[in-house]
Amino acid sequence: MSVLVDHFDVFAGGFWLTFQLCILAATGALLVGTLVAVMRISPVPPLRWIGTAYVTVFRNSPLTIVMFFAAFGLPALGSNADFLRIPGLTSIFSRLGIDLPYFRFAVIALALYTAAFVCEAIRSGINAVPPGQAEAARAIGLTFGQNLRYVVLPQAWKSAVVPLGSVIIAMIKNSALAGFFGVIGDLSNSAQNLTSALGEPIIPVFIGVSIGFLVMTVPLGILLDRIERRRAVAAR
Amino acid sequence: MRMTRVAAVAAVAALAFTVAACGGDDGDGGDTGAGSKTFEAGSTMERLNKAQKIIIGTKFDQPGFGLKGLDNKPAGFDVEIGKIIAGELGIAEDKVEYIETPSAVREEVLEQGKADIVVATYTINDKRKERIDFAGPYYVAGQHIMIRADDSSITGPDSFKAGDKKVCSVQGSTPGDNIKKYLANPASPGAQLVLFDGYQKCVDALTNKQVDAVTTDNVILLGYVAKSEGKFKLAGEKFTEEPYGIGVKKGDTAFREFINATLEKIYTDGRYAKAWQDTAGKFDSTVPQGPAVNRY
Repeated sequence: MSVLVDHFDVFAGGFWLTFQLCILAATGALLVGTLVAVMRISPVPPLRWIGTAYVTVFRNSPLTIVMFFAAFGLPALGSNADFLRIPGLTSIFSRLGIDLPYFRFAVIALALYTAAFVCEAIRSGINAVPPGQAEAARAIGLTFGQNLRYVVLPQAWKSAVVPLGSVIIAMIKNSALAGFFGVIGDLSNSAQNLTSALGEPIIPVFIGVSIGFLVMTVPLGILLDRIERRRAVAAR
Repeated sequence: MRMTRVAAVAAVAALAFTVAACGGDDGDGGDTGAGSKTFEAGSTMERLNKAQKIIIGTKFDQPGFGLKGLDNKPAGFDVEIGKIIAGELGIAEDKVEYIETPSAVREEVLEQGKADIVVATYTINDKRKERIDFAGPYYVAGQHIMIRADDSSITGPDSFKAGDKKVCSVQGSTPGDNIKKYLANPASPGAQLVLFDGYQKCVDALTNKQVDAVTTDNVILLGYVAKSEGKFKLAGEKFTEEPYGIGVKKGDTAFREFINATLEKIYTDGRYAKAWQDTAGKFDSTVPQGPAVNRY
């Protein structure tokens, strides 16, 4: 187990990079997912079709394939995902701004894939809002956008937050794939490096990596439990 | 009726026995087969010879050294060396079983006894010697850099010091770790280094200009240069020495010595040169001198 102490800096660095990846991908997934959910319930048929097609494609493809298309398909199309080099953001998440695009590709793949699940979680939340709410909002003359923004979505969020949390926990675990698609120095890539190039024994290294993921997922899980309990009290 | 059935079963059993006995008769041709060679009792050589089976760990994705083709059989220089060792143990070529050993699992398969020997572009180093033992080296490769043919800005590993050139290698490999010290910021290599799980992905990234160079052992790169039809070239000279050894279980000194003696024998009797010419020689026609084995 000495590898955990000897190479603590590697594990700490790996944790930090995976954490950054998760924050960015979760933000992206929530934004895209909400947008797609709105499209899926919109009164405009083509928007509904696009939303449904998006969910069908991304929810039903293995993440490895999505990662693969991001890491090798985007370059073939001539894109290095430079639109993610957002000034300001790149000073906090330095990996976002470098020339090598693979961190950006991983963020895109993870965000697009997770967005499909986010969309469905939000849609289930929206469906849980009694239809009378939306009808009443329409009756007092609110537009579709206002209806969503002021009446439906705030209530939908409440019942969607726990399933959303589960989606994000799944995403954090899925982020382990990034290390196999060109991201250097995240938890899974560091493990790979320690075990084969440096010849450290596999089991202690993977225990270290597990701890890194648990540090992110367990607190999130506990937080979700508390939100759920508080909501149960509020509902009574 | 009942009697007939018993008789039929007996007849079938007798027939099966005869067929099995026949099969046993014509197996021992040539210098292979149990008992055709004798080894010290209790040694690994004797055990493998008695069992008439050896499991060799090799790469399945390394052109010239160990590449599994459409016929489902791995082929390459490492595979040939493995076959020669099996032959010296009195085991026929078709009794050799190959398992895939990517870089990350090579120590593990030897420790757990899943392979008897590992011949898989396996660089000898002290860290690995703590867990397994090496016979050989049977070949000295060296780390080299491959670039796009129209690129003249990279002349060697020192070209990465400036920090604007990006390089790709394979996860968990010695070259991938080794190149870090040539980067502008070795402690956090993420800005210049990409690691994939196979070289082909690096080659794709080089083609699409996500990276400017691919680095690993020269023989592997030569395979890609040969295949690229002039798109890639090697930059400068090789800048490390990577002695490839044959991994055996830790502490099995007799077996290691047996392999070392085998290597010294084939250096001189032409089998080493032939193994090279048939495989990796297609990319690098200079037949290497068999390096002196290291009996540490």
